[in-house]
Amino acid sequence: MKYVTEFRDSKAARALSEAIRRTVRRPWTVMEVCGGQTHAIVRFGLDALFPPDLTLVHGPGCPVCVTPVGLIDQAIHLASLPGVVFCSFGDMLRVPGSARDLFAAKAAGGDVRVVYSPLDALALAQAHPDRQVICFAVGFETTAPAFAAAVVQARRLGVKNFSLLVAHVLVPPAIGAILNAPGNRVQGFLAAGHVCTVMGCEEYDELVRRHRVPIVVTGFEPLDILEGVLLLVRQLEAGRAEVENQYARSVRRQGNPEAQAILREVFEPAPRAWRGIGEIPQSGLRLRHAYAEFDAVERFRGDVALVGEGGVEDAECRSGLVLQGLLKPPDCPAFGNRCTPERPLGAPMVSSEGACAAYFRYRRRTDSLQEVRHGE
Amino acid sequence: MCLAVPGRVLHIEEGPLLTATVSFGGVTKDVSLVLVPEATVGDYVIVHVGFAISKLDEQAAQRSLEAFAALSELGEPEESAP
Ligand code: SF4
Repeated sequence: MKYVTEFRDSKAARALSEAIRRTVRRPWTVMEVCGGQTHAIVRFGLDALFPPDLTLVHGPGCPVCVTPVGLIDQAIHLASLPGVVFCSFGDMLRVPGSARDLFAAKAAGGDVRVVYSPLDALALAQAHPDRQVICFAVGFETTAPAFAAAVVQARRLGVKNFSLLVAHVLVPPAIGAILNAPGNRVQGFLAAGHVCTVMGCEEYDELVRRHRVPIVVTGFEPLDILEGVLLLVRQLEAGRAEVENQYARSVRRQGNPEAQAILREVFEPAPRAWRGIGEIPQSGLRLRHAYAEFDAVERFRGDVALVGEGGVEDAECRSGLVLQGLLKPPDCPAFGNRCTPERPLGAPMVSSEGACAAYFRYRRRTDSLQEVRHGE
Repeated sequence: MCLAVPGRVLHIEEGPLLTATVSFGGVTKDVSLVLVPEATVGDYVIVHVGFAISKLDEQAAQRSLEAFAALSELGEPEESAP
């Protein structure tokens, strides 16, 4: 596929990894924030190409993983109500709530539908005017404009039976929380290229100023990630701390103004608890008052209150440590035995961006380098 | 969740959602261009959950690939490294 395959070339991958080796002189710890990048790193074995002095830790960039268990419980309850069609991205279905998951709600008769786009959920609402269609709005700044556009379109069309259960999270406050944590050892970040495609780079200027850490906005293909790491270690070795843009084919400095405008029109920042991590101030989004009619929490106030916000985590799951880069998935005692994609104890084992899922899927093979070599 | 893939715009329909037919290596999908209204037929766009989120800058992509190629030439003697 054009603009994908070329960025998986093995010869260039080797040249980049050589350049990284030549650059690194001291030990460094850097974090890739986005779970999509985590998957590419583990799938293509990119970490094996780094010198021993360079430690790459995986970050919290998996919106499904950080959705609080209380919110999953609310989703499960709403999905089980008669007259409701509950729409979600597929990887949310196996995420454990306190007692069960959305898949179990579906098996028990709830009308749970997997959608690819918020517009699919809106189309379902139009097709079933007698039902209440709720869509689980999960994702970072990349995804929020799509849900905002669906809400604006619902209002334009006068669709009254469409609402969102909003679980959106924002990246910069999470990076700030990692840097502020006592014992933080992350010295530089690969920022998520698609988040910055929407939001631009300015919020990261602020983080760099405040914390003096280099941040490289990076794409998702193997060569993007290797080049992002190279730019990062060059900054670290030179004692620089700047925002650099590796992913210029998609990211403009000012971001995407249309996407930002519709996001701000429909949503506003709000405090948000991150599963396994805890509350981070102003790190989530909620619907603005003017769009409250599309808020499932408002529309089903009584039901949501019944469930509450508590939720019970599995006692054994270490997802909080995994999401903060403090524990590698294979070092979790439950990994691969009591916790597998078929019987997960935590969200990172089932999300398409979860670090535990990445290691389970790819780390038991030895041919990962081969894959870079052959493109796809 | 932030998975977004480049595809080529084949056709654009008028309407509030600016729905376009986009080809991903031959497989076509309906994609809204409402967040990237400047995209035209023939452009590559980066698509996430049914919406284009940016117009791919083909010159920037070319510059990256040329830089990689140049680095590969330099790295040639070390090809045998593990
Ligand atoms: S392997 Fe399973 S139990 Fe361990 S942290 Fe990951 S999701 Fe939680």
